Amino acid sequence: MAYSFSPLGDQAIIIELGNAINEDTHNQIKAITSVLEANPPHWMTEFIPAFTTITIFYNPLLLLYNEAETDLAALLEKASEMKPPLSRTVEIPVCYGGSYGPDLEFVAQHNGLSAEEVIRIHLEETYTVHMIGFAPGFPYLGGMSEKIAAPRRETPRMQIPARSVGIAGNQTGVYPISTPGGWQLIGRTPLPLFTPNKKNPGLLRTGDKIIFRQISEDVFQTMEADINADDT
Amino acid sequence: MLTIRKGGLQTTVQDLGRSGFQKYGVVAAGAMDPFAFRIANLLVGNEENAAAIEIQLIGPEIQFEEDTLIAICGGNLSPQLDGETADSWRPVAVAKGQTLTFGKPTAGSRCYLAVAGGIDVPLVMNSRSTYLRAAIGGYQGRALTQGDRLAVGGENGRNESSDQKTAWSVPAPVYSAEPVIRVTAGRQFDLFAADSRKCFFSEPFSLSPHSDRMGCRLNGSQLALSEKQELVSEAVAFGSIQVPADGNPIILMADRQTTGGYPKIAEVITADLPLVSQLKPGDSIRFKKVSVEEAQRQLRLQERRISCLKRAIRLKWEALK
Repeated sequence: MAYSFSPLGDQAIIIELGNAINEDTHNQIKAITSVLEANPPHWMTEFIPAFTTITIFYNPLLLLYNEAETDLAALLEKASEMKPPLSRTVEIPVCYGGSYGPDLEFVAQHNGLSAEEVIRIHLEETYTVHMIGFAPGFPYLGGMSEKIAAPRRETPRMQIPARSVGIAGNQTGVYPISTPGGWQLIGRTPLPLFTPNKKNPGLLRTGDKIIFRQISEDVFQTMEADINADDT
Repeated sequence: MLTIRKGGLQTTVQDLGRSGFQKYGVVAAGAMDPFAFRIANLLVGNEENAAAIEIQLIGPEIQFEEDTLIAICGGNLSPQLDGETADSWRPVAVAKGQTLTFGKPTAGSRCYLAVAGGIDVPLVMNSRSTYLRAAIGGYQGRALTQGDRLAVGGENGRNESSDQKTAWSVPAPVYSAEPVIRVTAGRQFDLFAADSRKCFFSEPFSLSPHSDRMGCRLNGSQLALSEKQELVSEAVAFGSIQVPADGNPIILMADRQTTGGYPKIAEVITADLPLVSQLKPGDSIRFKKVSVEEAQRQLRLQERRISCLKRAIRLKWEALK
């Protein structure tokens, strides 16, 4: 496992595993994450996995930067001997088009496809969660086909409804909470991606695989009603 | 119980932040000036992390519905109790019915109101801090406004009603409008053009009025990379100074996002973050480079100072028994 350390201020250390987004680097980050979760060092306050890095936050009253490097080097040794941990696969039901996906037609026209073809291509792939960031529970997904890529909206929407599924450039993603945003919206899921009161508030974790499944508006509404009933 | 008569500019319930959930994209939030926040709690006998009220530039109007003990620490926003100047950096006994108001900020931009027992709001993801953007935590996930009523309690605070007993104070830090802030080199420092690297340390920057709890936006020399390039997003920290394409640096603060893709030219040392939190729009700031070792030494010194204050405050209360 090739890596480098660098400080992020006086309370964090960044481990860099590569400089390009790819599966190899991603698997190494997953291995380190599972070692950190199984044996969290007592001086660690938290960690943030990303595309090519994993950042460890520590308490500098307990250890200094160079001591963090030494301890982490031993931990990375352990991680490099591990087989990449198995990924969970999470299925996300999506109702495409209509009022839930007002930009589906735009994405289709932009790529010279029909709306049905855009949906089919979006459903075909298995996606990898490379990083959670930007908003609580927001997954940065790798693996979308270039055939359905589309530029962001020229004017971002002031409010994107929570659980919208969108496309921006070569990426697809799901908005966990309502926020302003410029992504092209192609559908919506009834599944809550972020529930603040749960022990694990985010549905998705870095390293998960995602598949989308198409559902009708009726099924969407039934599922949404069931989920809301469970909450109360 | 406290009643909010006027909300002020942005008055929120905070503690020392939400730790451990950044991997889910959840921002840390918490007090912008953790030093003043912790001292305010210690002065009223609370745990350092008890929920307190963060007050920004234009303060709220708060009425107390019971006798209690409070402490106001941080910037001087001219606090008054029933029209009389209220001292900061000391415990103050308040009587039922009294009203706390604020006036002109004379030093700094934020202060903390700690109440004996702590502000009683539900824990969300292990913290009572308000996370405004996601509307969670604190008081109903939002800034306080007229008519809100906050419960007090849960923590073991002091219960002193005699003002003579609390007529002592701890020394207040100096909040300069032209501070020199110490920073360590950012991860992408070397990617910046030579003149940008030089300007960053030689020129002053001024705080933009568009600053908020998420970031202190700075105006001044525009900084640029020696070669334009897209970076892969990675974690950011409290105090990361990132430079977007427009060249104006932003110091990431309590409500920062968990990750970012802009190059980071520097990182404010943790010991100096309170000085950044206390800047007002238009204030002027300069940067000075130190090593990570020095930054950690300064932090340990600051912690030792807090430990001393903690001990002194405890002895003071014991002597008054």
